[in-house]
Amino acid sequence: MMIRLIALLLLLALPAKAEEIVLGLSRDAVAITVTFQGSDIIVFGAVSRDAPAPQDSQLGVIVTIAGPDEPVMVRRKARRMGIWINTDAVDVSAAPSFYAVATTAPISEVLRDVEDLRNRITIPRAIRAVGATVPDSAAFTDALIRIKTDQNLYQMLEGAVQLDQDTLFRTAISLPATLTEGDYTAHIYLTRNGVVIDDYVTTIPVAKVGLERWLYNLAHQQAFLYGLMSLAIAAGAGWLASAVFGMIRR
Amino acid sequence: MIIYLPIAEVSVNAFLLLGLGGMVGVLSGMFGVGGGFLITPLLFFIGIPPAVAVATSTNQIVASSISGVLAHFKRKTVDLVMGGVLLVGGLIGSAIGIVIFNYLRAQGQVDLLVQLCYVVFLGAIGALMFVESLRAIRRASKPGAVPMRRKHNWVHALPFKMKFRVSGLYISVIPPLVVGMVVGILAAIMGVGGGFIMVPAMIYILGMPTKVVIGTSLLQVIFVAAFTTMLHATTNQTVDVLLALLLLIGGVIGAQVGTRIGLKMKAEQLRILLAMLVLAVCGKLAFDLLVMPSELYSLGVRGA
Repeated sequence: MMIRLIALLLLLALPAKAEEIVLGLSRDAVAITVTFQGSDIIVFGAVSRDAPAPQDSQLGVIVTIAGPDEPVMVRRKARRMGIWINTDAVDVSAAPSFYAVATTAPISEVLRDVEDLRNRITIPRAIRAVGATVPDSAAFTDALIRIKTDQNLYQMLEGAVQLDQDTLFRTAISLPATLTEGDYTAHIYLTRNGVVIDDYVTTIPVAKVGLERWLYNLAHQQAFLYGLMSLAIAAGAGWLASAVFGMIRR
Repeated sequence: MIIYLPIAEVSVNAFLLLGLGGMVGVLSGMFGVGGGFLITPLLFFIGIPPAVAVATSTNQIVASSISGVLAHFKRKTVDLVMGGVLLVGGLIGSAIGIVIFNYLRAQGQVDLLVQLCYVVFLGAIGALMFVESLRAIRRASKPGAVPMRRKHNWVHALPFKMKFRVSGLYISVIPPLVVGMVVGILAAIMGVGGGFIMVPAMIYILGMPTKVVIGTSLLQVIFVAAFTTMLHATTNQTVDVLLALLLLIGGVIGAQVGTRIGLKMKAEQLRILLAMLVLAVCGKLAFDLLVMPSELYSLGVRGA
C-alpha cells in the first residue's frame, strides 16, 4: 500500500503525460463489400517517454474498439397459456453494436474500478441501461452481453495485447462479418497500477461500398423504385424460367 | 462463397442459399405450391432477421408464381374473372396484414404471431390433406367407387351473384372476396403466397374445378405477393434483393427437377407426401413454442 501511494505521488509530481501513446492501425477504414467476411484490425503503437520508465509500477495497455451506439430492446420469454411468448422487456437506451476490449493482463490488474467507471471501458460499463421498469433489469443487460458475446459482437480479450519491453504494444481485433455501418472508435488507454495516465482516440469508419452501398441507399431513399426493381427481377426470372422450361420440353 | 447481404446485414454462404432455393424449388415443382411456408422458417433458421426473411420471401414467390402461371395460361386453365375478384380481396387483406405486422413488430410479438399462424394453418391443412389423400388412395384401390358429386352448400345462398365462365360457376362474389382477403392478410404476416390455403379453399369452399384452381390461385398470388413486396419495401425497407436473387436462381433450377419427379408420381402419393411435409414443419414450430427455449432472452429494435 505504501509503495503504491508513493508511486501515485511520484506520478502526480511528474509533469503531465510523462508517458504518451504513439499509435498505428493496420487499416484506417473498413469497406463492406459483397464478399465481406469480417476484418482484422491490428492496433500497434509505442509508449514514448521523456524519462526512463518507472520500475516500481506496472504498465498496462487497454485497447477498445466500439461500434456505433444503438438502442436495444431486450425481451424475455415466459410461459403463458402453455406456450413461450415474449413478456417482459427492458429498453437499453444505448449499447454499442460492436465492442471489443483487449488488455495486456487480467482487467483487474490493469484497471481500477473507479477508472473503469469514469472511462466506461469494460463491456458492462459501455452499456447504458436507464429507466428499466423490471425489477431484475440486471438479468436483461447480462443477457444482452451474453447474446452479443455469442455472436462475437462483444469480445473480452484479456491478455491479448502484447507489450514488449514496456514500450511496444500490439494486438489484433477481429471484426465479425455481421458488422453494422458507422464510425467505430478505437480507444487506447495507458495505465500505471490501474490508473489511466494517457489515452488516445481515433475513428475507423466502417461503410458499405459499391453494390452494397448502392442497394442500401436505393432501398432507403428510393424505396418505391427499389421495390419495383425487386419485382422486375422476380418477374424477369419467372419469365426466363418458364421460357427455358418450354424450350427443354420441346 | 460468402456473400454480405446489404439489407439483412449478415454474411451468408451463397451456395447455402442456392441450395435452399433449389430444395424448395424441387418441392414447389413437385407439389405446385409456392414454397413460401418452407423458405421463411428456413431463412429464420440460417440467421436472416425475421422481418427481412418475411419480406424477401414474398419477392421470391412473385418469381416462382409467374413461372408457374405462364404454363397454365398456355393450357387455358386460368379463370381471369375469379382471379380478379380474389385479387381485390387479396389487396385489401395485404394492406390490413402489413398494419398488423408492423403493430406486432413494435410490440415484440411478431415472431409469436408468425409462428402461431404457421402452426395453426399448417397443422389444419396438413391434417386435412393427409386424411383426404388417404381416403383417395383407399378409394382408388376399391374398384367401382363413385366419385363425389359437388353439392349445393351455404355459399350458393348469398347475394351478389356473378358468373365465372371458366370455372363454370354462378355464385356470390362475397366468398371469393373473403377468401382473397384472408389469404392476403396471411401472406403479409407469414411471408407466404398463400397457395397452400387458397387451393383447398377454392376447391372445398368455392367449389371450383381442380384443373383451374392452381393456375387461378397462382395468378392472384403473383399480385398479392407483388403488392406485399412493395408494401414491405416502402414501409420497412426489409426486402433484400440480393437474398431474393440467390433464392430465385436455386428455385428456378430446382423447380425443373421437381416437375420431372412429380410427373413420375401419382397424385395421391404426391398429396400425402406434401401433407407429411407440411405436418413436419408444423410439428417443429409447435415444438419450439411448447418447449422451454435454451435462450429466454432476445434482442430487438425499439419501436421499429
